[in-house]
Amino acid sequence: MADFQTALLTAIELVIRLDPDLIEIVWLSLKISLLAVTFAALIGLPLGAAIALWRFPGRRVLIILLNAAMGLPPVVVGLVVYLLLSRAGPLGPLGLLFTPTAMVIAQCILVTPIIAALTRQTVTDLHEEYDEYLRSIGCGALRSITTLLWDGRFRLLTAVLAGFGRAIAEVGAVLIVGGNIQHVTRVMTTTIALETSKGNLALALGLGLVLITLAVAVNATATAVSDTARRHHG
Amino acid sequence: MRLMMKHLIVMAVILAGVAPGVTTSWADDDRFITVASTTSTENSGLLADILPRFTADTGIEVRVIALGTGQAIRVARNGDADVLLVHHTASEEQFVADGFGVERYQVMHNDFVIVGPASDPAGIGEMANAGAALARIAEKKAVFASRGDDSGTHKKELLLWQAAKINPAEASGTWYRETGSGMGATLNAASGMNAYALTDRATWIRFGNKGDLVIHVQGDKRLFNPYGVILVNSGKHPHVKSDDGQVFIDWLVGESGQRAIAAYRIEGQPAYFPTMILD
Repeated sequence: MADFQTALLTAIELVIRLDPDLIEIVWLSLKISLLAVTFAALIGLPLGAAIALWRFPGRRVLIILLNAAMGLPPVVVGLVVYLLLSRAGPLGPLGLLFTPTAMVIAQCILVTPIIAALTRQTVTDLHEEYDEYLRSIGCGALRSITTLLWDGRFRLLTAVLAGFGRAIAEVGAVLIVGGNIQHVTRVMTTTIALETSKGNLALALGLGLVLITLAVAVNATATAVSDTARRHHG
Repeated sequence: MRLMMKHLIVMAVILAGVAPGVTTSWADDDRFITVASTTSTENSGLLADILPRFTADTGIEVRVIALGTGQAIRVARNGDADVLLVHHTASEEQFVADGFGVERYQVMHNDFVIVGPASDPAGIGEMANAGAALARIAEKKAVFASRGDDSGTHKKELLLWQAAKINPAEASGTWYRETGSGMGATLNAASGMNAYALTDRATWIRFGNKGDLVIHVQGDKRLFNPYGVILVNSGKHPHVKSDDGQVFIDWLVGESGQRAIAAYRIEGQPAYFPTMILD
């Protein structure tokens, strides 16, 4: 119990003091995860919608694989990206290992299937509602994708936020490809892992509280923006 | 529809503008080297203390990847680090012999200790012989937390078991528990299970979650723990920053580095002893 109390006090103290190391780590965590989610959304949204609307051989298998890929193990993704980016690997000459860019790539791979799979489900549901209407106005497949994505944008926000939740909370992949280098690739989750291994359990838990608060803040902001937009667009 | 296309285009333009900016600002505009090192040097706080002095002296930033010794050596073998700073002399010499390292320099040493519950269920307290102490732990089937991660500390532990003529792997999962993680994480496990463990002294002093654990065995000369530093061979990996890496090694084994190591204290105790004798 004492640990939880100390953790709470530590968290409050870190935030009130605006600890510069903490700000740097929080900012890097946000930057990496938001960038990864943006790229993942650019790929996942159209991909999910396309799978929802187009009929092609192997589609059912693809949907099963896509749904399964929502549970990709972060350490395995981390390891694969590590092997690709290592100097001894095929993308070695780019020199990207142990950089934030490598972390964005790993998180993007983890998040894309989540956004694509959830988008596919949402767009499938929307399509059932609007199928006749889309046909009646002579909408082709490509235009149907963009129309349904746009109409479902508020529901799809949940898919994107689920992806963000995965990215910001994940430690296995970023630890391997980032290396947890101080001031370079150290983010919230890797700091928590490090402080835990130093036996500073209260500090680690305090950082955990800050991380959870941060995730709540991002979700609240997204929801607020979406509500405002909904009121404007009707 | 139109609106959506517009949004997409705006987003793409913003990303096209931001992404390269972000990656270049993150990438190599500073002068830095990458050092693959051990969890002990990071968990003990040594590197965080001495590296800023090196950067102040030379303008070279040091990026540390803290792994077990075995893993650190693999990272260096792949050319993903410029310098290797680890603590298993035989593997280090092998690394140089295989042509991956240029030369091994002695940097510093400290020692390993065997910690365990204060109640000492195996009765090893104050034993002078580390191998005999492990034999006693095995005989009593007292819980022992092993790194199990191919690290320098793990290799040292296996050597001690060998000296005691015991194969602990046979008991893995019963009283012998391999955590497969870093020094601190293993100490957390030992603290949680009230187990015995082998740890380097520096990590132990700094460790904040000792619980009921205390030092039982120390001072056996086999518990000596020397650290070496090696420049990765640019003959194998042409992108290795040999010049700046050598500057780092020269600093570390030179007077400034050796004094910085000697001056480092954890809770008032010296944690590492520089190899060079300082007056």
